[in-house]
Order: sequence, then C-alpha cells, then structure tokens
Amino acid sequence: MAAIAIRDVTKTYGKLRVIHGVSLDVDDGAFIVIVGPSGCGKSSLLRMVAGLEPITAGEIAIGGRVVNGLEPRERNVAMVFQNYALYPHMSVFDNMAYGLKIAGLAKADIRARVERAAAMLQLQPYLARKPRELSGGQRQRVAMGRALVRDPDVFLFDEPLSNLDAKLRVQMRLEIRQLQRAVGTTALYVTHDQVEAMTLADRLVVMHNGVAEQVGTPMEVYRAPATTFVAGFIGSPSMTLLAASVAESGKGLALDGGGLVKPRDTALPEPGRRVLVGVRPEHLSAVSAPNADLELKVTAVEALGADTLAHGVLCGRNGAGATLVARLPGGTRIGPGETLPLAIAPGATHLFDAGTGRRIEPAGR
Amino acid sequence: MIERRPLLSLITHGTLVLGAAIFAFPIWLAFVASTHTGREVNRGLSLLPGDRMWENYATVLGDGLSTAGAPPIGLMLFNSTVMALAIALGKIAISLLSTFAIVYFRFPFRVLAFWTIFITLMLPVEVRILPTFEVVADLGLLNSYAGLSIPLIASATATFLFRQFFMTVPDELAEAARIDGAGPMRFFRDILLPLSRTNLAALFVILFIYGWNQYLWPLLVTTDEGYYTVVMGIQRMANSGDQLPQWHLIMATAILAMLPPVAVIVAMQRLFVKGLVETEK
Repeated sequence: MAAIAIRDVTKTYGKLRVIHGVSLDVDDGAFIVIVGPSGCGKSSLLRMVAGLEPITAGEIAIGGRVVNGLEPRERNVAMVFQNYALYPHMSVFDNMAYGLKIAGLAKADIRARVERAAAMLQLQPYLARKPRELSGGQRQRVAMGRALVRDPDVFLFDEPLSNLDAKLRVQMRLEIRQLQRAVGTTALYVTHDQVEAMTLADRLVVMHNGVAEQVGTPMEVYRAPATTFVAGFIGSPSMTLLAASVAESGKGLALDGGGLVKPRDTALPEPGRRVLVGVRPEHLSAVSAPNADLELKVTAVEALGADTLAHGVLCGRNGAGATLVARLPGGTRIGPGETLPLAIAPGATHLFDAGTGRRIEPAGR
Repeated sequence: MIERRPLLSLITHGTLVLGAAIFAFPIWLAFVASTHTGREVNRGLSLLPGDRMWENYATVLGDGLSTAGAPPIGLMLFNSTVMALAIALGKIAISLLSTFAIVYFRFPFRVLAFWTIFITLMLPVEVRILPTFEVVADLGLLNSYAGLSIPLIASATATFLFRQFFMTVPDELAEAARIDGAGPMRFFRDILLPLSRTNLAALFVILFIYGWNQYLWPLLVTTDEGYYTVVMGIQRMANSGDQLPQWHLIMATAILAMLPPVAVIVAMQRLFVKGLVETEK
C-alpha cells in the first residue's frame, strides 16, 4: 500500500505530445478513476505509472520513492488489462502463481496465497482450468486474482470491464470496489465509461486532450464541472450548453436565439459577458406555460421506464433553434411534435466562459 | 460440398481416389521393384510384389552395394538423419532467437536487419552454392557433418513465419509478464516458446524434410564415403559405371530413404491437429 504522487508528467511519442503536464496526488488506499474519451492520454498515464512506457518529463513517485527509472517489477504494481492478458497455456493456478514463482516464493507460500485469492474471487473450482475454458467474467476474476496474490502497492486497472456484457459489468464493478475496500490497496482505474467512473471512484480525474481537466469527488465533478468538456462528459444524457450573454440589466441571460432567462439562485457575472449556459436534462421539469423558462418542440421521445427523455428544439421566445434534452418522470405522456414548457430547477444553471470554456464562479450549489 | 447429392459425391470421391492413385503409383512401383530379383526387374516389372523382399532389404541394410561404390545404407541413413536434424533444429533455434530480437526489442537498424534476413529468401542454396562451397572449403569443413549442415541453417523462411506468429501474440501478454517480473529471456522461455509449440512442430516437419532431401549440397561437399547421405547415395548407386544398375536394391534403398520423413510427419501430425483445434492464442 502506498500513496502515488504524479508531478508535471508529460508524454510525447515522437513529435506528438499526448500528455501535457499532469499532476495528481493519490492518497494511500484511495480508489482513483481516470476517465476520458479515447485518445485523451489516460491509458498512457496509467502505463507510465506501471512502467510500461517511459516518462518523457516529470516525476512519478510510489510510496515516496521516485520510480521513473525503475522496471515494472521493481515498482511493486499489479495491472489488470482490458483483454485480461492471461497466459493461455497456463492453468488458472499457474496464471496467478507466475509472478510469485518469479519472485522466488516457497511453493507452500504460493499455494496459500493463490488459494486465498481464489477464495475471495470464488475461483476455487476453476484453478485447474485453462483460460479458454472460462467465461469472460471468470477470466476477469483470474486477472484480478493475479493482481491480488502479488499483494502490490498499487492496483492498476486499464478498462478492465470493457469486454464484458452490460449486466456482468455492473456486477464486476461492485466486486472490484468491494475487493479494493477489503484489501485497502491504492487503485488507479482507467475507463471511458462515466458510470463506472462515478460509481467506483473516491476521486475522479477527468482527462481531455492530455490535460487533467478536473480532479474531485464524483459529486463535486457532477455538481460543479470545471469546464464545458467535463460538463458534457459527466452525466448522461449530456448537459445542454446554450450560447448566451449576460443581459445589460445584469438580471438575466440573453440567449442567442432570443429571449431572456432568469436563473434562480445563481449569481451572474458582469453584464455583456459571453457565456455558455449549461443545464442538465434532469434539472428541467415540465410546468404550465406561464411558469416556463424554455419551450421545447419535441422531436423524439425515449421512454426508459423510470425516466422519459424528451429530445427537441427550443421554440417560443427563449433561445429558439437550440437543441436540448429533458429528463422527465417515467410516466410522462408526451409525443413528438408537441410543445413542452420547461422550468430550470433553482441553482441548477451552470455558467461557462464562452471563450475559454472554464466555469464561472460563483455559481450554483 | 454443401449440397448432398449422390452423383456429386461420387464424382468428387472418384477424383480424389484417382488423384491419390496417381501420386501413390510410383511409390507402389518402387516397392514392387524392391521385392523382386534384379533380373526380374530388368525384364519388365509386374504390378504385384515378388517374394524377394527380405533378401533385398537384408542386402541393402547389411552389405550395401559395394560394387556401386556406396557405403552400407545404415551409415547413409544415419548421416542423413544427423544432417536433417542439425538443419531443422539449427534453423529453428537461430530463427526463433533472431525473430524474438526483431519483434520484441527496439534497436538501431531493426527493420534493416529483418529485411536483410528476408532478402536471403530470394537466394536459394543453388544460387549461392559456389561461394558457399569456397567458404566451407577454406574453413576445412569438407567431409564433415558441420560442412553438411551449417551452410544450410541460415533461414529466412522460419524467421519470417515466426515473425508472423509473434506479431499475433497480444502485446499485453508481454506487458503482463513484465509486470509479473519476468525478464525478456524468461518471457521467451515461459510464454513465447510454449505458445509457439504448434508452429515449432510444423516447422520442424518442413525443415526436417528440407534437410533430408538435400541433394546437390551433400554431393558437392562430401567425397568421403563415410559422409554420404542417402539421397545422394541413391544417385551413386544408379551411376554404377559399366554394370547394369541393380534396380531392385536401389528401389529398396529409396523406400528406406522415404521412411524417416514419413515417420516424422506421422509423429508430428497430432500437434498439427491440436494446433488447428486450439484457436485461442
């Protein structure tokens, strides 16, 4: 178990710079999820911590020891790969024992450790099998078992659930979290799935184009996204962003499509400033026409059971022409072509600078 | 065939049987010839085996054809085996290691190294036979097992095949091994070699037969009867000067010369099939 300190790490492949100076402190025993779209540099960052990629500049320390020049085996990390990377010709037992054998542990010790890990992962019946005789979920467990038996300082997960079906993914997600809590090992987990990120993380790192856009607890990131990218990436369906300027009166937001919106419980910046107004679908509610902030011409309806998503284009006096999604209660009866008056929940309006995309504080809850 | 039509399967089976018969016929003739007396063979061959099988094979295995200037066949078979094994194992060892270096290590001129090896594919033994002979002669390797096998060991084919196979092994496997603490040679021994098992078997069969069937090279580098291989030995027997070739004994030798490659194929066939069944890398 150890804390990880990442200091101004950059990574270039040839002339292409994929990570532009990322710094991150991970507390001992924490579960950190690095989330971002493909190509954002999240896997490269993880592989640099693992020692599989050289660090171009900056410094990575595990447990207070700088590991830049160390081989993976000297860093005492364990990694779970997306495609499991099990040794196909070895039994489950040998797969889990391989690292211990190389480390030169006594046979009895290896057996005890593997069996303990197998018990935690319900793998005892499969120890003699080859990986190809296992299901995807079982292979994933073996990969985790291989990490577990080593008793490493850090677990590294590289999109470990991406190859599983949706139901299994939810189950394994919970298991990974419980397991990590039980053993208390620091974990770095890379994913592109924001649901995984929200549910697993003690703290989230949202990466975009090689930059850590925001670091915080899942709820911090959800409630106060630091940039328009984070706002759009975390939360499903995505937050709607409407172009606007602060009204000259200073008492509302003049949407580009026309009209004035007066967000409740939201402090506004100086008049005339160009902003992007962010509203999450779940913070819109259907109201009677006189109380509406926005009017939506519905183009498509997705009934998900618990929720109903209404996609549409704004019409009426406010912000006409912009597309928007609203999340309504499951029983809402609405069809395409109808006009839906919507109100924005108090304090649920996010403001971002139109030029930089950065959040404008103070704002919201 | 996807459709099950009696006439169609009759035709396909007929074609198959005919093809097999055409290929098997010379071998059958050789076998038949090896079971008759020399005089019967020279008179014209019947298609049924004669009664001289044991005598002919005993002669070939025991005395050899002293009149034809060839050593006993046992020694020639042994020489062929040594040469074929040395070539097959040597080629596999060298190409495995060079492929491992080319695929898994980054070093200057790596691509150049691969293409240099690859280009030698275009130069078969026969093309470079004179310079190779000169080198082998200067090194004093004429009439030796080293001279028979070493010049044929350098192999682009095997390197190329292993490269194609290694490229299909997922990178994550090497990375998982690195994280597990395995050094490069350990990874090679514990993971890459076992995974290449079926490829190794296939290559061994191909290369053993390649080595066994070498004709021109042994003919050039051996003048000492003690190093004759069986394939060139047959040629010696047929060129028996003034006398009529003793075809019944030559055919017996040919049949015997055919057996070791067949044995290798039969022995390795199981691994082939296993390799086909195991789809997962």
